[in-house]
Amino acid sequence: MLATMNDIQEGYGFEIVRRQDFSDVTYLLEVRHPLMAKAARPGQFVIVMSHENGERIPLTIADFDRAAGTVTLVVQAVGKTTREMQQTCQAGAHLHALVGPMGIPTHIGDARKVVCVGGGLGVAPIYPQARAFKEDGAYVIGILGFRNKDLVFWEDKFRACCDEVILCTDDGSAGMKGFVSDGIKQAIAAHSDIDEVIAIGPPVMMKACAETTRPHGIKTMVSLNPIMVDGTGMCGGCRVKLGDQVKFACVDGPDFDGHLVDFDDMTRRLRRYKEEETAAMTRWSETCRMESPQTTL
Amino acid sequence: MAKKRTVRTIPQQRTPVREQDPRERATNFAEVNCGYSEAEALLESQRCLFCADPVCIAGCPVGINIPDFIERIGAKDFRGAYDAIGRTNLLPAVCGRVCPQETQCEGECTVGDSLEPVAIGRLERFVGDRAIAEGWANLPHIEPAGRRVGIVGSGPAGMACAADMAKAGCDVTVFEAFHEPGGVLRYGIPDFRLPNEVIDAEIANLRRLGVKFQCNTLVGRLFTIAQMIDEMGFDAVFIGTGAGYPAMLGIPGDSLNGVLSANELLTRCNLMRARDFPAYDTPIPLGRHVAVVGAGNTAMDAMRVSLRLGAQNVTCVYRRSKAECPARAEETHHAEQEGVVFKWLTAPLEILGDDKGNVRGMRCITMMLGEPDKSGRARPVPVAGSEHEIDCDQVVFAIGTNANPVIGQTSRLRLDKRGYIETDADLATSMAGVFAGGDIVTGAATVIEAMGAGRKAARNMKAYLGIREPGCDLAAATIFGIQASERNFARILSA
Ligand SMILES: Cc1cc2nc3c(=O)[nH]c(=O)nc-3n(C[C@H](O)[C@H](O)[C@H](O)COP(=O)(O)OP(=O)(O)OC[C@H]3O[C@@H](n4cnc5c(N)ncnc54)[C@H](O)[C@@H]3O)c2cc1C
Ligand SMILES: Cc1cc2nc3c(=O)[nH]c(=O)nc-3n(C[C@H](O)[C@H](O)[C@H](O)COP(=O)(O)OP(=O)(O)OC[C@H]3O[C@@H](n4cnc5c(N)ncnc54)[C@H](O)[C@@H]3O)c2cc1C
Ligand code: SF4
Ligand code: FES
Repeated sequence: MLATMNDIQEGYGFEIVRRQDFSDVTYLLEVRHPLMAKAARPGQFVIVMSHENGERIPLTIADFDRAAGTVTLVVQAVGKTTREMQQTCQAGAHLHALVGPMGIPTHIGDARKVVCVGGGLGVAPIYPQARAFKEDGAYVIGILGFRNKDLVFWEDKFRACCDEVILCTDDGSAGMKGFVSDGIKQAIAAHSDIDEVIAIGPPVMMKACAETTRPHGIKTMVSLNPIMVDGTGMCGGCRVKLGDQVKFACVDGPDFDGHLVDFDDMTRRLRRYKEEETAAMTRWSETCRMESPQTTL
Repeated sequence: MAKKRTVRTIPQQRTPVREQDPRERATNFAEVNCGYSEAEALLESQRCLFCADPVCIAGCPVGINIPDFIERIGAKDFRGAYDAIGRTNLLPAVCGRVCPQETQCEGECTVGDSLEPVAIGRLERFVGDRAIAEGWANLPHIEPAGRRVGIVGSGPAGMACAADMAKAGCDVTVFEAFHEPGGVLRYGIPDFRLPNEVIDAEIANLRRLGVKFQCNTLVGRLFTIAQMIDEMGFDAVFIGTGAGYPAMLGIPGDSLNGVLSANELLTRCNLMRARDFPAYDTPIPLGRHVAVVGAGNTAMDAMRVSLRLGAQNVTCVYRRSKAECPARAEETHHAEQEGVVFKWLTAPLEILGDDKGNVRGMRCITMMLGEPDKSGRARPVPVAGSEHEIDCDQVVFAIGTNANPVIGQTSRLRLDKRGYIETDADLATSMAGVFAGGDIVTGAATVIEAMGAGRKAARNMKAYLGIREPGCDLAAATIFGIQASERNFARILSA
């Protein structure tokens, strides 16, 4: 079957055309897929397999360039797959599989004043939404949170499409000292007429954002990232709880009302392969060390 | 001429098939049923009476001429047998393995009135396997019809429609969301029942007919059905996206870690090869004491996969009795042999967790059978005071599926109230040129029914496209009000 799988890849060609490193754990991949660049909307994601024996991992479409026919992914190296990709996914390399755009696009509704919040890696996927709201004529406040100034990326891109940008770092080494939820408080204090808050980042951060806006009754959308397999609604691995309802993040989301999401349930379910993930990581690090003398030769 | 066979003169015993030893096979993924040898197939073929009224054919959803192919086996004309099956069934090696023969052809077989019925499924599989080994394929002379057909989904429905349209001279492309084609045959049914090589061989045959496969393509999101017709130049489209979307248990504790759908377990194990973790990157939850809720084919596969992944014990929890169990008889039998414990007439009430959020058990209640319900099966009713606990660290649910929402979300196709695609008797949808069939129309059914639907849609698609069915006299009928003499058959034009 190998040859046939190659045909399929050639059909669309998942070539990495550009790679940029934001820090030693965060990197950007720009991949050629003209059809997807045309179809992609803010809030959608892809599923990637970097090689034949690899895992299917979901990544948000952080940007798309219809003219160049590319989609951009920003990846944080957290485990075996994303670290291995950090090594192998150089410009010119090919991804084994790339499918998408998946999920229901973000509803760019009639909100006139919106706050787009990105925490850490969530800064990348919130970008197309901020840009779309701006293009739609909304007043956009971008709130970007990083641990420290070395991890900051895309501040310029946000300055170009937001009316205001609030940069937060945990240690105060850039922008204001504090979490994105502090940034939201500041924005709410300055603007009494915020229609919607959109937050993307780690579950704890999205939960904090939802709790910050809840007393003010401001609509708050979050983009959920549970563990996925197919991304087509077939396995139910990505199910999340909203009140007493069960939803599949890949086809019913990934955007949901943050005031309804059961974040504790999701956080617990994200840990369900902890043991296997650690084992894969350890094993991979060891083989890397064993193989590295050869690769440097 | 040989004397006419009667029930008394034929071999009385059904020819047994070699199987891997239950204890051994429960630890590996090699095929359980080894299939008939040539001698065994010849012997079993002697049991067919060549009935004047072959009731077995009526029992086959696609009407295979069963006595014809069995007679050819008996004459050692295996190629002829293959061609006889191939006239109606595209996938003999698959169907011989996974069809519920006991409720179809073998359930009707005359011999079955007094003895065990002819082993039609095993004979069909023998022919299918021989064809793969010999590299046979029914490759007719194909005249280009100058038409482009798009197929959405590469399961049995899509494969069957693709084959027929390719044979009619159309330029056919199959779009599949996964990175490998085959649908449930690939991701759901495990290797020990249906080896990957069999699916690969069938896909290769489609390619030889000129069918193109585009994997990694989520239709609806990458492009819509309307775009396929309006912008991408497809003259007709067939949708065979399957049922997908597993139904949830809806009981307390169903989101605990260790609770997963059979689809997730099977996809990780079969398609993603998690059983070979860490050589393959995808992990799989390994339960030591696994409870599987449901007793259909999907549930049986989940149980037997769990055993092979190293579970110490596997319990099947099903709210009806063994008589109502919807799985193929062979699968239930194999699961029993391999050591699955069946708790019939038992329904789950709650999944119990430990302080870390992992499954530690399941609270169940005993049922008894009451009056028949709408489906005609006895309705299970709880027995008061019969609550009890089962110890388990993993719960797999296989209690049915709902319609996959993606095509519905992204098109104006008319859906029924459960979300399945609505079609007329010709499998035409509410959009001109768009046909649908298989599980996405009927709800979860069988491989052969999906294949039959794909072929039926192809017949009507050909009529829609004005392509003449070889050997079929269309002159009698008007199509869309156009007389035969006025018809502009594309294939006549291009010839
Ligand atoms: C809709 C969606 C969009 C996402 N977008 C991005 C993105 O733009 N950039 C990015 O870096 N990451 C994104 N993620 C998360 C990313 O998929 C995981 O970081 C990745 O799968 C980790 O794989 P690993 O083998 O490197 O790490 P592992 O060692 O497998 O896991 C590390 C962590 O990632 C989580 N994780 C593992 N597998 C998955 C999975 N299949 N799906 C989701 N989470 C998983 C685990 O809970 C664990 O906490 C997104 C996830 C979802 C569901
Ligand atoms: C575990 C299991 C065991 C089974 N065992 C048996 C058995 O023993 N005997 C039997 O007769 N039947 C069995 N069945 C049922 C049988 O497999 C199905 O009825 C049959 O496969 C349905 O065929 P289909 O072509 O309609 O859909 P599927 O086989 O489900 O194929 C649909 C395909 O479409 C793809 N797809 C979905 N959405 C999109 C989209 N938007 N764009 C592109 N592609 C898409 C899917 O990825 C999938 O590959 C079993 C089912 C399961 C799950
Ligand atoms: S009903 Fe049985 S015996 Fe009669 S033709 Fe069919 S397979 Fe042969
Ligand atoms: S990832 Fe499988 S259903 Fe969502």
